Amino acid sequence: MPIFSYLAIPREGARETLCAQLSGLDHCQVIPADNQDVVVLVTDTPDEACEKRLQKRLKGLGSLQSLSLAFGYDEKKEQGGQ
Amino acid sequence: MALDRRQFMKQAAVSSALAAAGAVFPGISFGDWNKLTNNSGIVSWQKSPCRFCGTGCGILVGVSGGRAVAVKGDPNCSVNKGLCCMKGYHSVQSLYAKDRLTKAKVRKNGQMVEVPIQEALDLVASKLKQTIESHGKDSVAIYGSGQWTIPDGYVASKLFKGCLGTNNVEANARLCMASAVTGFMTTFGIDEPMGCYEDMDHANVFITWGNNMAEMHPVLFSRMIANRKRRSNVRIIDFATRFTRTSQAADMSILFKPQTDLAVANAICYEIIRNDWVNWNFVNEHVSFHKGKTNIGYGTEDHFAFQDKGENISFAEYKQFLEDYTPEKVEKISGVPAKDIKYLAALYGDPSQKVTSFWCMGMNQHTRGTWINNLVYNIHLLVGKISTPGNSPFSLTGQPSACGTVREVGTLTHKLPHGVVMNEHDREMAARIWDVPVTNIDPKPTYHTVEMFRALDRGDIRFIWIQVTNPMVTMPNLRRYRNGAQKDDRFVVVSDVYPTPTTDVADVILPAAMWIEQEGLFGNSERRTQHFAQIVDPPGDAMSDTWQIIEVARRLGFDKQFPWSEENYIEKIWEEYRLFHAGPKHEMAPYKVLRERSGVQWPFVNGKETRWRFNPKHDPACTNGKDFDFYGKKDNRAWIWARPYEPAAESPDDEYNFWLNTGRVIEHWHTGSMTRRIPVLHNAVPSAYVELNPEDAAELGVVNGEMVRIISRRGQIIIPAQINGRGVPPRGMVFVPFFDESYLVNEVTLDAFCPISKQPDYKKCAVRLEKV
Ligand code: SF4
Repeated sequence: MPIFSYLAIPREGARETLCAQLSGLDHCQVIPADNQDVVVLVTDTPDEACEKRLQKRLKGLGSLQSLSLAFGYDEKKEQGGQ
Repeated sequence: MALDRRQFMKQAAVSSALAAAGAVFPGISFGDWNKLTNNSGIVSWQKSPCRFCGTGCGILVGVSGGRAVAVKGDPNCSVNKGLCCMKGYHSVQSLYAKDRLTKAKVRKNGQMVEVPIQEALDLVASKLKQTIESHGKDSVAIYGSGQWTIPDGYVASKLFKGCLGTNNVEANARLCMASAVTGFMTTFGIDEPMGCYEDMDHANVFITWGNNMAEMHPVLFSRMIANRKRRSNVRIIDFATRFTRTSQAADMSILFKPQTDLAVANAICYEIIRNDWVNWNFVNEHVSFHKGKTNIGYGTEDHFAFQDKGENISFAEYKQFLEDYTPEKVEKISGVPAKDIKYLAALYGDPSQKVTSFWCMGMNQHTRGTWINNLVYNIHLLVGKISTPGNSPFSLTGQPSACGTVREVGTLTHKLPHGVVMNEHDREMAARIWDVPVTNIDPKPTYHTVEMFRALDRGDIRFIWIQVTNPMVTMPNLRRYRNGAQKDDRFVVVSDVYPTPTTDVADVILPAAMWIEQEGLFGNSERRTQHFAQIVDPPGDAMSDTWQIIEVARRLGFDKQFPWSEENYIEKIWEEYRLFHAGPKHEMAPYKVLRERSGVQWPFVNGKETRWRFNPKHDPACTNGKDFDFYGKKDNRAWIWARPYEPAAESPDDEYNFWLNTGRVIEHWHTGSMTRRIPVLHNAVPSAYVELNPEDAAELGVVNGEMVRIISRRGQIIIPAQINGRGVPPRGMVFVPFFDESYLVNEVTLDAFCPISKQPDYKKCAVRLEKV
């Protein structure tokens, strides 16, 4: 049951499409930047199968140029700080 | 509506992504984030300044179920316009680590035992009283912080200076900002920058003097970079002793040998005069020339005393003085090529360029800190580039309220909220507002910070109350001061939020409310006062530092001076404090205005903030009818000082052959006691290290991560090496960040200080290295 957040960079001119496509996916929350072509994507999937399905669909998005991971949390592998 | 753990983690995921975006895309903004309010469980967003550096970004804190769960940049705050750095985005997590201090503790038979906080406060009051009775009023002291809120510092000063009659009031801003203050006072006769952050939107040239802004003031740095991206004619020059992230992003990086910024600044002035780039109209109307004492010492001995004596000199004498600083001569001292010195002079000298100089600890933590502040003002004054948008010598602060609490409230031994203890009128004003006999206020300053801890070691001070700071990590030559604090018959009270090496030496620990768990006010680097309401409750018995002092003051019989109720004490204290600054030179905004806005700059006159002081177009205190009015000095002029290059207190030699430089990293605030408890920040930089030049590392036979022993005349530490990391020192220098209490680098540093400001130099001492 992982939670991830990413910085998603759209292909040139595809910002709006990317936002629409990401918002259309289950378990996704989208926060577009106002002044840059960057979108914060937060995913919160209920189980491993869903997570795998989502990863596959993200890889298939034509409007997406790159996705970089900013944060990962998995209840199974939870770890604290100091 | 309560937020469950999963929602909380989701907010952390958002915060991390926003922080990452901010680091990669400077100036990026996410205004749409507030749409999350509808589906995230967050029930309110409330404004506050961030508490993790002196920039003073406005943030909005998202609260759910009585818990602060998220942060976003406040779009209404002109400082950051909706942007934060990674410390800001994760800041609220620092409230909730498992080992938060929630109960008072008292040392009984050598053990710290929990007691009700009222019992601990009784003990603090009775010890304070007893110590004064047995050893005199100057045997008790309070040591605070640039992270004190303004009310914290105000009540501390009122109790100790006004009621108890001792000037033993100091704050850790002595260790970070004192040279900036004496720089302002000697050049302008009045403290704090004339400009504001808006200068960044006008300047074409930025010169960072020993100031790693990319890590220390990241949001300001982003704004500078965004300006360079937006406008084609912007250049950034980094002038530093080691290569940092700031150097990397700059258009040009110039490295100088430690301490020789003094010589280079003089050489720039030499070049400006030689090329006749002097703005004569400005200089003739608004500048006078002066010199002070030389060979002024370093303060390494107890009871060191120094008083500067200024003398008027002519322009011709000043010009003569600069003859020793030709670029060619200075190249030999500083290692900076003469052509680079000439290039810097040409940037300052070109009338078509608007130049902003930034500095912070590199110039302030300097045994000639006052001098180097004077010398950079000299450059701006010679060319008249000051007090107009984009032309700004800009001294940045390190802590969120070093300006607001320490410089403006005056929580230093010689200061009062208005003026200094030595001045009869200032004492009379304080006595009137505080409702105490004027004879209570001692006209003689006592101990500056280093001397205060020496006095504790010697036994001249027997009782010290430390709030919101961690001197058992930050004092230079630390071992002496830790041993001093632990001596029998010393009584140490510490108010803090987490266990630290300072609470380790305490006889009483008072659990403190942290930041937004109380109402308060900070003052940032650009004269901006920032109010925050109590947003969440403090845990357990934790109590604001202000209220702790009020409780003790009442136990000592000062009910009349501390009459306020818990409901509105911050408002009442603010309105009383404002009386000290009435008038167009320093008028502070009323409480109601501060509550509403995301910060207000002073002087706040007739409902208007002052953005550029000394300039009559912006500053209502200007009255001389000219284009500038430097009203801080009696001659209505800004003072250019002839200040020579003098070497550091300790330089590398055959035995100790490396410079040691210390400082911070972007992920951690101060001694790390809060940021190391934020998992994302802790995991990003989990421990301190020593940066080595790759060639020095090869000679020593050390690779990344291997342990190195750093030895000075005062102590040693063993610490992992970092080679070609984020910072690269030149050959013959090492750098260690001080955020990690497992590697106490201040056991190695030297307690030498600027004789004028009394601020220690954490950037220069001599060490040798051994592979372990
Ligand atoms: S730059 Fe400073 S004030 Fe701004 S968010 Fe970062 S730590 Fe906080």
